[in-house]
Amino acid sequence: MKYIDEFRNGDYAAEVARRIHAEAYPGRRYRFMEFCGGHTHTLFRYGIPDLLPANVNMIHGPGCPVCVLPMARIDAAIELAVRHQVILCSYGDMLRVPGAHRTSLLKAKAQGADVRMLYSPADALRIAQENPQRQVVFFAIGFETTTPPTAAVLLKARQLALKNFSVFCNHVLTPPAITGILEPAQQAGERIIEGLVGPGHVSVITGGAAYESLARRYRTPIVIAGFEPLDVLHAILLLVRQCNENRYDVENQYSRAVTACGNAKAQSMVAQTMTLRDRFEWRGLGWMPHSALRIMPEFADFDAEARFELSPSDARENKACECPAVLRGAKSPTDCKLFATVCTPDNPIGACMVSSEGACAAHYSYGHAR
Amino acid sequence: MCLAIPVQVESLLDNDEALVDIGGLKKRISLALVEDVRVGDYVILHVGYALSKIDEDEALRTLALFDEMQALQEELGASLESDEGDHQ
Ligand code: SF4
Repeated sequence: MKYIDEFRNGDYAAEVARRIHAEAYPGRRYRFMEFCGGHTHTLFRYGIPDLLPANVNMIHGPGCPVCVLPMARIDAAIELAVRHQVILCSYGDMLRVPGAHRTSLLKAKAQGADVRMLYSPADALRIAQENPQRQVVFFAIGFETTTPPTAAVLLKARQLALKNFSVFCNHVLTPPAITGILEPAQQAGERIIEGLVGPGHVSVITGGAAYESLARRYRTPIVIAGFEPLDVLHAILLLVRQCNENRYDVENQYSRAVTACGNAKAQSMVAQTMTLRDRFEWRGLGWMPHSALRIMPEFADFDAEARFELSPSDARENKACECPAVLRGAKSPTDCKLFATVCTPDNPIGACMVSSEGACAAHYSYGHAR
Repeated sequence: MCLAIPVQVESLLDNDEALVDIGGLKKRISLALVEDVRVGDYVILHVGYALSKIDEDEALRTLALFDEMQALQEELGASLESDEGDHQ
C-alpha cells in the first residue's frame, strides 16, 4: 500500500543501519527512549534492536494509554457496567485490562454486564440512538491522537440532544508524561537517556513545536518519527547525529504527516469540550499535575463522572507485576518474575501485557520466541 | 492505541463523511476533524476519523534522503574498489 511499502524497503533499512554503525562513536553510549507504544511495537516486530550497534540501546517509554491507566479507573468502568447497568462501550484492549481482584470488563460481560467493543467512538452514538431506554457510556482513553474523535462525538451528542449518552473521560497528555520521566532524573543530576523518539500520531494533532521547551529544558534531542521500520531507524540515525553534534533540537522525521503547529481544527474541538484536570494518576508515574483532561462543565450532561456516582476504589496493583518500573523505562519486561510464566497475553496480570503496544506484550510476541 | 494508517479517499459522502479504500476494503470514515479533503487525497485514519492529510511532497523528500544515502554508499564502494585496483 502507498505510504507503507516504501517505508518498509529492506535495502534502504540496511543502508540506514549501516550509517548508524558508521556514525555512532564506539566509546559513547546512546540510550534512546521511544515514547510511543506504537514505536515499541515496530521495534520488536522488525527486530530493529538487532540492527543497532551494541552501544545504541532503545528504552521503552510510557506511551501506551492502556498501560498507564491506573486500576481505579478500570474499576470505575466496571462499576458503571455492573452497578449502574449502563451499556459500556470501549476499545477492544480496554476490555481485557485487569482491575482489582483480577476482574476485567470482559469478565463482567461474561457475567451478564452489557459491555461492547467499539472500533470508533461514533459507534457509541449510534448505540445510544438505538437504545433510548438505556444509558450508554463511552469509556474514552488515549493520548492527544485519540482525544479529538472523542471531542467530535461530544459535540455531535449535544447537537443531537441525546439524553442517554455520556463519556467516561480518561484522556491523558504526552508532555507531562515526558516531564514525569525526565524531571526526576534531572533533579537527581543523572542522565537516563541521550535522546527521545517523539510520538508520531500524537504530533499529527499537537504539532512538533509542542516539544521544543522539553528538548531545551532537559537538553535532550527529540526526533518525531513515523511508525514504519524505516521511520524508526531514520529517527535513531538523526538522534545519533544530534548527540554527536551536541545538539538538542526537535526534528521532524514524520514530515509527511506532522507539521509544526498540528491540526488546528482538532485542537479547537478538544478545547471546546475538555479542560485540564488538576491532577491525574498514572500507573508507573503516580499522580501528576495537569496531565489529563476532563469534560468541560458546559458538557456536564455528557460527563459520566457527573452523571453517575462512583465509589472510591480499593484497587491494589499486583505486587509482583513490574509494570510501573517498565513504564518508567527503569526495567525491562524480562526483569519481571511473572513474565511469560504466570503473565501471558492470554492471561495478563498487568496492563503492559494486554495491548500490543505494551512493552511486555511486544516482548512476548516478537522477542520471546527468539 | 494510537495506531493509525494511511488510506485513500475514494468519494465524499454527506455528513462530513468519506468512503476510503483500505487495501481493497471500502470503509466509511468521518472527516469531522480535517479540512479541504478531496477525492484522491491520502489521509491518516484513526478510530474512524481522518486526523490529517498526507503531504506527498514531504513523503518523497524523506524517501529521496534514503536514495541519497544509498547512492553515496555505492559511490564509496566503487571508489574503494578502484583504490584497491590501484594498489595491485
Ligand atoms: S510481565 Fe505481566 S506482570 Fe510482569 S510487568 Fe509485564 S504485565 Fe506486569
